[in-house]
Amino acid sequence: MAKILVVTSGKGGVGKTTTSAAISTGLALRGHKVAVIDFDVGLRNLDLIMGVERRVVYDFVNVVQGEANLNQALIRDKRVESLYILPASQTRDKDALSEEGVKRVLDELKADGFDYIVCDSPAGIEKGAQLAMYFADEAIVVSNPEVSSVRDSDRMLGILASKSHRAQNNETPIREHLLITRYSPGRADAGEMLNIDDMLEILSIPLLGVIPESPAVLQASNAGTPVILDKESDAGQAYDDAVARLLGEERPLRFITAEKKGLLARLFGK
Amino acid sequence: MTESPPAFALKGQMLSLATLELYNPNIITLATALKERLGQNPAFFDHTPVVIDLSPLQDTQKWIDFPALVSLIGNYGLIAVGVRGGNETQRNQAQSAHLALFSESRTPSKDTTTPIPAPATEVAATSEPCPPPCAGPTVISHPLRSGQQAYARGGDLVVEAAVSNGAEAVADGSIHILGALRGRALAGVRDMPGARIYCMQLEAELVSINGTYLTQDRLEQDPAWGKPAVIERGEQDKLIIRVLERG
Repeated sequence: MAKILVVTSGKGGVGKTTTSAAISTGLALRGHKVAVIDFDVGLRNLDLIMGVERRVVYDFVNVVQGEANLNQALIRDKRVESLYILPASQTRDKDALSEEGVKRVLDELKADGFDYIVCDSPAGIEKGAQLAMYFADEAIVVSNPEVSSVRDSDRMLGILASKSHRAQNNETPIREHLLITRYSPGRADAGEMLNIDDMLEILSIPLLGVIPESPAVLQASNAGTPVILDKESDAGQAYDDAVARLLGEERPLRFITAEKKGLLARLFGK
Repeated sequence: MTESPPAFALKGQMLSLATLELYNPNIITLATALKERLGQNPAFFDHTPVVIDLSPLQDTQKWIDFPALVSLIGNYGLIAVGVRGGNETQRNQAQSAHLALFSESRTPSKDTTTPIPAPATEVAATSEPCPPPCAGPTVISHPLRSGQQAYARGGDLVVEAAVSNGAEAVADGSIHILGALRGRALAGVRDMPGARIYCMQLEAELVSINGTYLTQDRLEQDPAWGKPAVIERGEQDKLIIRVLERG
């Protein structure tokens, strides 16, 4: 049974698309059949990060509106087998998406034997973001270690808990994961950023991973290669750990400095 | 042949309704007064049915714009179901605005000779002036997150987790927060000065009891900041904050 994962945050620029690209690639590297959908209609970016921007013919909106079929719009990744990208339209806006249309595309992907469908949410809490999370089974809430980002994530968690299909039909709630991105241990220690403890206390959901602030992320974006494929980089390894945890493996947190070991022991103790 | 169940039943029932005594029918004045009183809390009354009492305007020839009035109070979650009192013209106007006509007040105000001072609106229950909360506690077992609001009508509110920044806990009775209070907590909102707010960690944006409030800039100077605390209303409408000693 396919699992629908939404990558969301509320705030913009925190790393949703980078995360969607990395997580979907990581899942595909482990042999799962994965589709990653760009819900950011009008401001599409996922195709750039995935390096497929020159191969876009049809897009998500075309499929939602019945102007193309799914197979015409899905772009097969050249690096990782079993990874497919459904790009957003750059010329339309979010109103081009509809709940029925999105449901139809997701159902079709499920019927096609996809194991994971990763929905890359746009920023904000409006229609695009709501549609991206509406049918989700699990949510990765991406947050930067700063107050405004954490507050927006908190708001998004409230929306996940009340406005999703699962919530509205009294089903098991969406499983929530916190992914902290752009974390600088030094700056957190100096009190210039929130630390991991603060964020967990405010958001009180399980921690999926901590991605360190890293030049590798920008390099990867510019090159159109998901950063998880950069196996030498700290950010790539941290994303790999996050994917492993998503699949139920236990992995210690890395790249959060020695002083944080106390927290580590508490979080992943035993 | 089986008999199909009846589609409806018409029953006479006594219901207690809130009334809004109208002293000034000017919509602008009313809007300002409402905003002043409830401005921070739109949809405050959460679909409460209300009867508009026109008896204070009985002897005036003032024209009342009922559609505007209904929509104005509707913004605050009050649903106008009808009018009471008023003179014939006013009652006719109300009727053409699809409002029900209730019979005269049981105890017409006798003090019509003395001008009624501000405030322009008064919301009171038709029965006793302030019935004690009779509903059981409303229990929220998940964190109250930014943008969410919980309202315990007629009773206490218990939140078994934290109340985030930007979230709002509102109760007619007391509020008990078994986690950190980082958002707003408004207790005793329908005239219950004895209501209290308890929290395991006081980091609130605002606390209010029966309309008396303190904002974060004042709260964070209190020795109870960051600690388990109880907030109650003392003499002269002042809020008293105490650290909750445990064990």
